[in-house]
Amino acid sequence: MSQTVLKMQSICKSFEDIEVLKGISFEVQKGEIVSIIGPSGSGKSTLLRCATMLEKADSGNISYDDINMIISDVDAPAIYADKKACKQINRKFGLVFQNFNLFPHFSVIQNIVEAPQRVAGISKSEATKIARELLSKVGLADREDAYPCQLSGGQQQRVAIARALAMNPDILFFDEPTSALDPELTGEILKVIKSLADEKMTMVIVTHEMNFARDISDRVIFMDEGVVVANGTPSEVLEASGNPRINQFLNKISKE
Amino acid sequence: MKLEPLMNMLQRMLEASTVTLEVFFLTLIFSLPLGLLVAKGRMSHLKIVNIPIKFYLLIMRGTPLILQLIFFYFAPYSLFGITFDRFWAAILAFSLNYAAYFSEIFRGGIQSIPVGQHEAAAILGFSKAQTFFKIIMPQVIKSIIPPMGNEFMTLVKDTALAQTIGVMELFRIANTSSSQYFSTVPIFVAGVFYLIMNAVVSYGFSFASKKLEYYR
Repeated sequence: MSQTVLKMQSICKSFEDIEVLKGISFEVQKGEIVSIIGPSGSGKSTLLRCATMLEKADSGNISYDDINMIISDVDAPAIYADKKACKQINRKFGLVFQNFNLFPHFSVIQNIVEAPQRVAGISKSEATKIARELLSKVGLADREDAYPCQLSGGQQQRVAIARALAMNPDILFFDEPTSALDPELTGEILKVIKSLADEKMTMVIVTHEMNFARDISDRVIFMDEGVVVANGTPSEVLEASGNPRINQFLNKISKE
Repeated sequence: MKLEPLMNMLQRMLEASTVTLEVFFLTLIFSLPLGLLVAKGRMSHLKIVNIPIKFYLLIMRGTPLILQLIFFYFAPYSLFGITFDRFWAAILAFSLNYAAYFSEIFRGGIQSIPVGQHEAAAILGFSKAQTFFKIIMPQVIKSIIPPMGNEFMTLVKDTALAQTIGVMELFRIANTSSSQYFSTVPIFVAGVFYLIMNAVVSYGFSFASKKLEYYR
């Protein structure tokens, strides 16, 4: 039986007068890999930021497992869960940023062990052991003492993925994980994400890499102008949708 | 100058230097934490917090330090008939004045840290205090070393202003020696003393700056 990890219902979010999300709903099941695609400005990143509490949604419902993060009645503003519940929810997800956001004053290994030690309360030796395992998983076992500034963008992003995994999240979000990288470095990130997919890690990936989204995803969500235009298997959304907006987008992407 | 009065003068100036150093270190001990608090308040979105702080910053940075020294020494007497010890009145004036400058340096440093650092820390579950002290502040310290070096060196020299309210610091002693011996030598000797102190401060900042060069 499948288990719903994340449930978002009718999420609305405006910045000043601009309505960025106009009632987005979707669910993510355990072990599922969902790619969110769509033109820039369609609200994909804002959606992830609402799901991870970096932005406050104006209205809608969000829940992780059975814990409500926000609830709202029809047409009423969102009510957030109390601090304790938010903290609990915070432990359930990880987020990999477009521009890595590693801590520059920490070495690679410190970047990874800091949160498990200070937030999850794991002992230093245990946290270090986990960090080393994760580093070898992302192919950086020999760089644990390096500082972020000594690494390439691709290596930094792999450390960022290891850092997120060290907190053992139920669901991992990726916000355009390869967009800040040179094209020749995107492959190494996609490979890491692929290996996580093989381990059945639950993931939501905002991406512009169409071929990757097609290969890896169980489901593809196409967003445009703050609404979900299509939500289905990769072939349903990317090949057989017949939706003019999707076709226009795919044509534009393939020309680039 | 003859050797004996010269040695005598040097000894008194060395003693007075300890007063100068006391003013220097006590001012730092009080003004650095206060400056950090003021910076936090200045960045608050609450008007009731940030407007009084803006006013404080304007007064402290907009009027002469020498005037503030005189104010903190004489105002308690004029207003309430109580007198402050002149040394502690000087420490109060220096601390409040330097906290204002430090707070603006801290604010610039804190605001220069990319918002992504706060976001990454929040996602990983760090508390606000952990984020500030473990993630943000270490990076702030690196970025504010050059302007802090300036302020520290200015403070070494500004301690000479404490003589206005009669604190027996280095320059005061140099001045009295100067009139005692009808010679400008003590004044220039004091200059060398300040120069040596600031050479140490400058070296300290270069050292710290090098120490933090391991990351960008």
